[in-house]
Amino acid sequence: MALTREQLAQRVAQEFHDGYYVNLGIGIPTLAANYIPHDMDVMLQSENGLLGMGPFPLDEEVDADLINAGKQTVTMASGASLFSSAESFAMIRGGHVDLTVLGAFEVDCQGNIASYMIPGKLIKGMGGAMDLVAGADNIIVTMTHASKHGDSKLLSECTLPLTGKGCIKRVLTDLALLDIEDGKFILRERAPGVSVEEIVKLTAGELVVPDDVPEMSF
Amino acid sequence: MSGFDKVVSSYEEAMEGLEDNMTVVAGGFGLCGIPENLIAEIKRKGTRGLTIASNNCGIDGVGLGILLIDKQIKKMIASYVGENALFEAQMMSGELEVELTPQGTLAEKMRAGGAGIPAFYTATGYGTPVGEGKEVREFNGCQYILEESIQGDFSIAKAWKADRYGNLMFRKTARNFNPMAVTAGKIAVVEVEEIVEVGELDPDEIHLPGIYVNRLIQGTFEKTIEQRTVRSA
Repeated sequence: MALTREQLAQRVAQEFHDGYYVNLGIGIPTLAANYIPHDMDVMLQSENGLLGMGPFPLDEEVDADLINAGKQTVTMASGASLFSSAESFAMIRGGHVDLTVLGAFEVDCQGNIASYMIPGKLIKGMGGAMDLVAGADNIIVTMTHASKHGDSKLLSECTLPLTGKGCIKRVLTDLALLDIEDGKFILRERAPGVSVEEIVKLTAGELVVPDDVPEMSF
Repeated sequence: MSGFDKVVSSYEEAMEGLEDNMTVVAGGFGLCGIPENLIAEIKRKGTRGLTIASNNCGIDGVGLGILLIDKQIKKMIASYVGENALFEAQMMSGELEVELTPQGTLAEKMRAGGAGIPAFYTATGYGTPVGEGKEVREFNGCQYILEESIQGDFSIAKAWKADRYGNLMFRKTARNFNPMAVTAGKIAVVEVEEIVEVGELDPDEIHLPGIYVNRLIQGTFEKTIEQRTVRSA
């Protein structure tokens, strides 16, 4: 079975470590905040100028001056700090954020990522995604492995305009966890009940399958 | 003390001198911390052909979005322009030129513009459409592109509190692009929720010194929330 959104978020959260500063993109990455283990301190960075993002506010706590990068109202966690966008991207570009998680349309085995633009369709903009992928050393891309029509999104070369070049080393899809090394995808884990054959069939880029590919555990 | 007193008495006076085809650098992220009354004044004046550098262009009928109604914007420099049907229509028809700029690069372009730095190298955008046509240089084995800074004829920004000298304090994530936007304009206009007397702000707690501010006005704000998201108790 392909992973649900919740399971993807849960698997992302397994990459967190105590004391990590983490930037979570919009969508599934954001959900990962719900699965931070209770015995672990993780500080969430919101690129619009908040380090130490808390949960959504109670109705009476809503503050128009306190939002996240998705423009949703949020709260601040204990120990939070506030700063400008320039300071925020200094943290990001300067490599001070320990882990960045974001979505993508396509990833290829050269570590390229395409996530912001489909030519001919509506162009909304890259927001902070280009800065995040260029600045972070430790990035996890979360995405679906293939389109609804069964077309692989893990390619030998991205077909869409790039968000970043050669910067992705780890991809979590609804079917598998893969690393990217030396121009190849390496299959590390498979979703429970998903066969290696199915993953091989839906991976267009060069894929290395080690002898042992464990199922993910939650 | 009048030489340092930045307070003006009307929005008309605040935006005096803004002319057609000028460049305006604006603060705000989404609808958070936007100089909403200064934008309204630009709409009222009917200034046209503007180039605006701002992270977003508001949404339909709110924020910078209101300047699209009478097609006052010629070119938008922004990182994200979704959630705005009129913007889409004018972009698709070619009436509105759009220069998509990565968010951190945009913030740094404003910062550099205000700090007298004409250009800087960044890894952001290398090997992507953003890097096309830009100088590439290698430092320590990594590739960087040269990005030019932004300076505006005007900057418009919103802060929380100020003293009459224009020393500014921002509030929570309404700070965002505002401090850099202020520094990047030849005439920097800032609207705030409260103006206090000189000496009332703790110098240690001023986020941006008044040296960058030319005109200051106190306003009232609607503070529209784009995505009201709450949890249940």
